[in-house]
Amino acid sequence: MSSNTAAVRMRNITKTFGTTVANHDVNLDIRRGEILALLGENGSGKTTLMNMLSGIYYPDSGQIFIDGQEVSISSPREAFEYGIGMIHQHFKLVDVLTAAENIVLGLKEEGRLNLAAASERIRKICDAYGFEVNPDQKIYDMSVSQKQTVEIVKVLYRGADILILDEPTAVLTPQETDKLFAVLRNMKKDNKAIVIITHKLHEVEDISDRVAVLRRGEYVGEMITKETNAQEMTNMMVGRAVSLNIDRPEPKDVKDRIRIEGLSVKSEDGIQKLKDVSFAIRSGEILGIAGISGSGQKELLEAIAGLQPVEAGSISYVDDSGKAVEMIGKDPLAIQGLGVSLSFVPEDRLGMGLVGSMDLTDNMMLRSYRKGRSGFTDRKTPKALAQKVVEDLEVVTPGLTTPVRRLSGGNVQKVLVGREIASAPTVLLTAYAVRGLDINSSYTIYNLLNEQKKKGVAVVYVGEDLDVLLELCDRILVLCGGQVSGIVNGPGAVKEEIGLMMTKLGGGRSE
Amino acid sequence: MFDLVSFIPRAVAQSIPLLYGSTGETITEKSGNLNLGIPGVMYVGAISGVIGSFLYEQSGAQINGFLAIMIPLVCCMIGSLLMGLLYCFLTVTLRANQNVTGLAMTTFGVGFGNFFGGSLMKLTASEVPSIALTTTSNYFRTTLPFAESTGWVGKVFFSYGFLAYLAIIIALVAAHVLKKTRVGLQLRAVGESPSTADAAGINITRYKYFATCLGCVIAGLGGLYYVMDYANGVWSNDGFGDRGWLAIALVIFTIWRPNIGVLASMLFGGLYILYLYIPTGMNLSIKELYKMLPYVVTIVVLVITSMRNKRENQPPASLGLNYFREER
Repeated sequence: MSSNTAAVRMRNITKTFGTTVANHDVNLDIRRGEILALLGENGSGKTTLMNMLSGIYYPDSGQIFIDGQEVSISSPREAFEYGIGMIHQHFKLVDVLTAAENIVLGLKEEGRLNLAAASERIRKICDAYGFEVNPDQKIYDMSVSQKQTVEIVKVLYRGADILILDEPTAVLTPQETDKLFAVLRNMKKDNKAIVIITHKLHEVEDISDRVAVLRRGEYVGEMITKETNAQEMTNMMVGRAVSLNIDRPEPKDVKDRIRIEGLSVKSEDGIQKLKDVSFAIRSGEILGIAGISGSGQKELLEAIAGLQPVEAGSISYVDDSGKAVEMIGKDPLAIQGLGVSLSFVPEDRLGMGLVGSMDLTDNMMLRSYRKGRSGFTDRKTPKALAQKVVEDLEVVTPGLTTPVRRLSGGNVQKVLVGREIASAPTVLLTAYAVRGLDINSSYTIYNLLNEQKKKGVAVVYVGEDLDVLLELCDRILVLCGGQVSGIVNGPGAVKEEIGLMMTKLGGGRSE
Repeated sequence: MFDLVSFIPRAVAQSIPLLYGSTGETITEKSGNLNLGIPGVMYVGAISGVIGSFLYEQSGAQINGFLAIMIPLVCCMIGSLLMGLLYCFLTVTLRANQNVTGLAMTTFGVGFGNFFGGSLMKLTASEVPSIALTTTSNYFRTTLPFAESTGWVGKVFFSYGFLAYLAIIIALVAAHVLKKTRVGLQLRAVGESPSTADAAGINITRYKYFATCLGCVIAGLGGLYYVMDYANGVWSNDGFGDRGWLAIALVIFTIWRPNIGVLASMLFGGLYILYLYIPTGMNLSIKELYKMLPYVVTIVVLVITSMRNKRENQPPASLGLNYFREER
């Protein structure tokens, strides 16, 4: 078969949810021996479109051709039969089962359930493409990247030759991403058709052969990756020219706002999460926190917000007059009262901060319902705030009364960050504020943080993308295994140096 | 002196309805359906069997042993199957709240049993508020021929009707199917994470319907056993008591494993009647305290399994949640 025949052709695909049009008249070709990057802003319908190939959704109208034959895919099982396998953004794995059990799940094989034979086949697939999977390991014992590997093996085990990966790198470290890409290239050589959805443009440039762009549910066009660049892709995605430079206004009126000294935190299981951490968070600047995931970022922010029991050390809040107040021992509400706002975006976006089944207005009220003296709650202000967040941050939603969980992931995040900023904090703690956000929304968030900084707010930005940290932050605190590896000034910092500091205390310099 | 030889058979007889109920409920819960209607289902199962048997005994025909067993058995299974279908239609097809549906079905089932129980009593115009189906019961209570002649061994192991052995066989088969077979694996996946199972190509609706209906049929047999065997064929309103709830507690106690249920139900059965074997004198309130024991044990087990927090011992992750594919 020639490598240029389209494995999949989607023609005039339309899909609506209630009044929301998720896809409108979309045309897309997927070819064998090629990696296609599907680009688009949050809520532009990328996942919906791919879900129609994997049989999760059924298109309202339009045609799908596989190897030239028109097909109707009405269930995931039928998708397998056409060789389509999708690795979802939220892994579809059963935690209490082993890798092998998850992989054979739903297969219609002859005879009795034979896990030993399945394990053998899994090992063969792993050897062929360079995966590492222990078939007998339970899923709940696995790291995120191991789970993802299981997902990919599962799809290959079913003989898929059209693979769809929905934001596979969102939760991976750079090293894990490299490994994944090596595997994807192996599969491409094996003449498989691969679609990857990602927001990270440098990954698109790195891995893909062709880029297709969706905007607000419509197909905008496609380009050969080699013949384009990040700027062009962004413009196409957003529909207008977007500047890819992050502002860094000069910090003004910098004063210590929170002083942290000798902070140590142990987890519930007695593992040392933070050890002797000392630094200051200053008003009017953005402090970046870099580190490999799980180096204590979460514990640090939660300790400041009063959500994490502290073993030793002190965290003191310094007000404008220079008076210091000890924050350890205060409950989260009292800390919020000081003006410290935590907009923590955990791996599960709805996990902290928003209630999925409540609408936008009600979620705004979660912050404000204690205000006012009347026995009745005030709904007007939160409603106006919700409206403002939707407009300012360009949240894609059918309306203010839509339950938050119906919004796409990135839009959920915008609602959360927008609300936290609106509470006019003096200290704004953000973690992974742009995780999973498209480029345009990310820039909106950077601008919001900069505005807060200009207002004299002390901003803490825990980030994953070193390039962004270097451009956005005034100072960068590098964590390594729960200890401060060093604090570098943002302007003039070198990426490689920070990378080293993340893996070795003090960057491994002998002193 | 504690009389084990008389205690054990009574504990076992007491345990069989619980075992049926908990095996049925375990299979149901493995599909992610929390069927709190099980007490009602067991009532409906019992009264359906009673109605079938009553009509057969009253028909005036020569009572045939095979039919005397098959008619109530089939009636019972149809009655509980209908309850299962009702539950599934409401929760799976219409996606109604499972707790509300289950509780409503329990209320309905108990009322249904008592209503038809009362009607049958009217028909017989009996003096006492109960119906006795002695002929049928005798067939159900037929024991193995050598039970009488083997002394205490016979009493402890062979003195039960066939429904008791069937309960144990069903529980063991259910445990094997859940643990070792493809169907069991897929059923567990449905209860843990329906969206995962769905993406893997498993028909969620079919599994939920099948498991819940099968669970109801099995639980219904528990009701039938109670009337025909344990109660000697005597139906009296509210006679079945709170055994349905105890069966649901047993599911938690056995951490969703029907094979553990075989012994655990006997423990519950024993605890349930322990007060009869411990001299309490005239003080009735002490008896009530003893009746609490099965529930106390369940709470203790809940505390222990929660503290150990082992993933395998937790309830199915999506228990009580309805699944809709296009919901996100």
